[in-house]
Amino acid sequence: MTATPAPAAPLLSVRHLEVQFPSRRRTLTALQDVSFDVLPGEILGVVGESGAGKSMTGNAIIGLLEPPGRISRGEVLFAGRDLTRLDQAALRRIRGREIGAIFQDPLTSLNPLYRIGDMLVETLQTHLPLSAAEARRRAIAMLAEVGIPAPQERFHHYPHQFSGGMRQRVVIALALCTEPRLVIADEPTTALDVSVQAQIINLLKRLCRERRTAVILITHDMGVIAETADRVCVMYAGRIVEIGPVRQVIKHPLHPYTRGLMAAIPHLGGVAEELAQIDGSMPRLDAIPPGCAFNPRCPRCFAPCLGAVPPLWEVEPQHQAACFLYGEEAGAPAPAGAGPEARP
Amino acid sequence: MLVMIIRRLAQSVVVMLTVALIAFTLFRYVGDPIAQMVGQDTPIEVRERMRAELGLNDPVVVQFARFVGNTLRGRFGISFRIGRPVSELIVERLPATLELSFLAALFALAAGIPMGIYTGLRPERWLSKVFLTLSLVGVSLPTFFIGILLILVFGVLLGWLPTFGRGDVVQLGWWSTGLLTASGLKSLIMPAFTLGLFQLTLTMRLVRSEILEVLRTDYIKFARARGLTSRAVNYGHALKNTLVPVITITGLQLGGIIAFAIITETVFQWPGMGLLFVQAVQFADIPIMSTYLVLIAFFFVIINLIVDILYFVVDPRLRTEATPHGH
Amino acid sequence: MHRLRSLLHTVFDSDLWYSFIASRVTVLAAVVTLVFVLAAAASPWIAPQNPFNPAALDLLDAFTPPVWYAKGVAHYLLGTDDQGRDIFSTILYGSRISLLVGVGAMLLAMAIGVGLGLVSGYVGGALDNFIMRVADVTLSFPALLVALLINGVVRSVLPNVTHDQSALFVLIFSIGISSWPPFARTVRGSTMVERNKEYVQAARIIGRSPAAIMGQHVLPNVMGPVLVIATIGLAISILTEASLSFLGVGMPPTTPSLGTLIRIGNNFLFSGEWWIVVFPGAALATLILAVNLLGDWLRDALNPKLR
Repeated sequence: MTATPAPAAPLLSVRHLEVQFPSRRRTLTALQDVSFDVLPGEILGVVGESGAGKSMTGNAIIGLLEPPGRISRGEVLFAGRDLTRLDQAALRRIRGREIGAIFQDPLTSLNPLYRIGDMLVETLQTHLPLSAAEARRRAIAMLAEVGIPAPQERFHHYPHQFSGGMRQRVVIALALCTEPRLVIADEPTTALDVSVQAQIINLLKRLCRERRTAVILITHDMGVIAETADRVCVMYAGRIVEIGPVRQVIKHPLHPYTRGLMAAIPHLGGVAEELAQIDGSMPRLDAIPPGCAFNPRCPRCFAPCLGAVPPLWEVEPQHQAACFLYGEEAGAPAPAGAGPEARP
Repeated sequence: MLVMIIRRLAQSVVVMLTVALIAFTLFRYVGDPIAQMVGQDTPIEVRERMRAELGLNDPVVVQFARFVGNTLRGRFGISFRIGRPVSELIVERLPATLELSFLAALFALAAGIPMGIYTGLRPERWLSKVFLTLSLVGVSLPTFFIGILLILVFGVLLGWLPTFGRGDVVQLGWWSTGLLTASGLKSLIMPAFTLGLFQLTLTMRLVRSEILEVLRTDYIKFARARGLTSRAVNYGHALKNTLVPVITITGLQLGGIIAFAIITETVFQWPGMGLLFVQAVQFADIPIMSTYLVLIAFFFVIINLIVDILYFVVDPRLRTEATPHGH
Repeated sequence: MHRLRSLLHTVFDSDLWYSFIASRVTVLAAVVTLVFVLAAAASPWIAPQNPFNPAALDLLDAFTPPVWYAKGVAHYLLGTDDQGRDIFSTILYGSRISLLVGVGAMLLAMAIGVGLGLVSGYVGGALDNFIMRVADVTLSFPALLVALLINGVVRSVLPNVTHDQSALFVLIFSIGISSWPPFARTVRGSTMVERNKEYVQAARIIGRSPAAIMGQHVLPNVMGPVLVIATIGLAISILTEASLSFLGVGMPPTTPSLGTLIRIGNNFLFSGEWWIVVFPGAALATLILAVNLLGDWLRDALNPKLR
């Protein structure tokens, strides 16, 4: 099948992104040939094991890679501009204003010596021409929106005076207060109690839907993706191995790795069997096997898998997988980053 | 907060009593006080009589209580070597040491903190590398050697600065100050620099490592992710978090100035407490030694207390209770 | 043979060795330290003169300037002092004493500190509290002060005649006693972490003695930080000993350390014989600098956060 051209312009377009870590002894490639699009207002899930490169992708997009990490190839097109070519000053203006970020641990994300109200006002005044009083009003309104009770009082409190879930709400407020068009949420619920996780995810989903804010939701929890995301992309050893609409990927996982991930989720009801698991573990960055990185653990591995890295083939509409199993059927590989059709 | 202060005070008292015990043991049992005070051929009966008169035959607890009482009243005994009351000697020499130490500390902080901030925020600049190399040298060069070199260059070879003593001093009540005369100020320059140099390098390295540590935290990353200006990130968020532990640790390190004052005073023949103490050690002059011990302990305890209170004032986490509200 | 080769491979292929070789400054520092140690150890054989044997001295040669001066002599490379002692030789012998005291004090501090740390961390409770309090108080006083005080006390206890002979041991003792807290703290921390791990609890159930458990499991983990503390502590010990000797309460002029030499040389500063004080001082500074650099590198290399 040939790729369907995307009629709507994507908000974010990552093309052939490659991130490397040069050191004295050798150069490690953390991300390779990563390409995907994000449409305005959609929620794209990025899922994979620890070390697969999910957070790295988020960091690379907003230009916060830790040195010596650097983008060695590719481009990140946001609203028409290539973020990888911008200077620090221009990038800084986009960060926080157009693209927001939420990180994993709310305890360490907030400066313990700053009142949360001051942090909100500071963020607002950096990007928007607001008076102090106006910024304060907006900050308190934002706190109310994320569900913090008694926001006028809480405005003056320090981070340690909030519980974990409350802190993450504050973080969300900080990320959304400037009305960005895209939010990168890196494991927003992993550090929270299970009982609180659902609340935070629902809050995030609601706020972003209301504001038509696109979200890149990075997590290793497939359950969260199933509930929240529109599309999902699966990463393995620094590459995307599958990408497509959430329902489809869950019902018909194409890539053997994705199949393994789905099978490993326990199901309620049904016959109690052994918990399926994928043998082995993801290779370290300096020990990636030649060919398809998954081949040592793949139950369907055959000859071509050892020779070359499989490109992403569009197997079903908007549903791509990087696996030689689909090589001949799919014909020519899909053009990189083919996006979804416009949503009605 | 009150509870904490009271607890700290109680601990300080315990420490002081322990130190007093050590000082008392020194004073009373090391060597024979009587033998130190009288000539060789004083008959035994006279010695025994003196022993009784001085209360040296009383139970140990009584003697200790008397010692503590005397110390609190400033009666520190009589120097074996000099023959004058120790309290007089201290009053004479304390201003010299305090002035020198204060100036050295001021120099160390005023130069060390900015240098540390600079090398932390701009590590790639050439000046940073120069500072770092200097700091390594400063930590390795013994204080006395620096003093000797300075004397050699500025005193002997160039003749610009006086090489020993305090110069002319002005008496203000019981305090004698060298700050009001030209020769007094000139005499202060080399000793203060020598004494402060080690402290400066320590401070600079501390500030630098703290700033580097802070710049790696998640909240700095989040601040950058929010698009805050690098000015706001570096000087607002990073600096604030750096200076909190630095201020307190530096306070504790200032105690080191007192210790190294001993060496500096010896090199420059500065008539302060340090020189007095060194001479006391050389001649086993116990009263001065034990008094010095108690005074130093007191000074350290006060510094520790102030630092603890500072911590409390500056870090909001300690002030308010961490009360999780809701979810 | 094969095992030796694979061992060598492990050492020279490791990241540690790589970061060592890559830093020229560190290699230089290591070489300098090694030269000092070897030269000091071999001083009786390589020194042109034994400066502390009165028979070998010639008073007429006193105050000879260094060799590059007009009045200098090749035999006395760096000049002589007021007694005709060759400065180069005195530096060699002096370094020996300085290193002896420094290393001795460090070993003592390590023994006390590691021992107390293990006990404190393993036993916990009131004993742990007490030991840590003592450590805190000791730490808040600079090593110089503590060493000075102990020195003074020992001097007034021992009869005058033995002062000179016992100076070496008194110094090692007083400096070592004031330097144990950093070791104890680190080891205690690691011990507490290990103690709570399951395999330690399992070993206790089996009946292995605490000493064996601590020796086998805790000690290897803690060796890295202990080594860093020891190296930096060595520099501080050498510095402290030199300071004490300079103040006149350290090594006597008959068996001088570098600090004592500086003290002696200081007397001739104003009369122009600068070499008597400057060369020993430079030697001391170089030694301390080299050890400090090694300690710095070691700390960065073993820091898990920077890897």
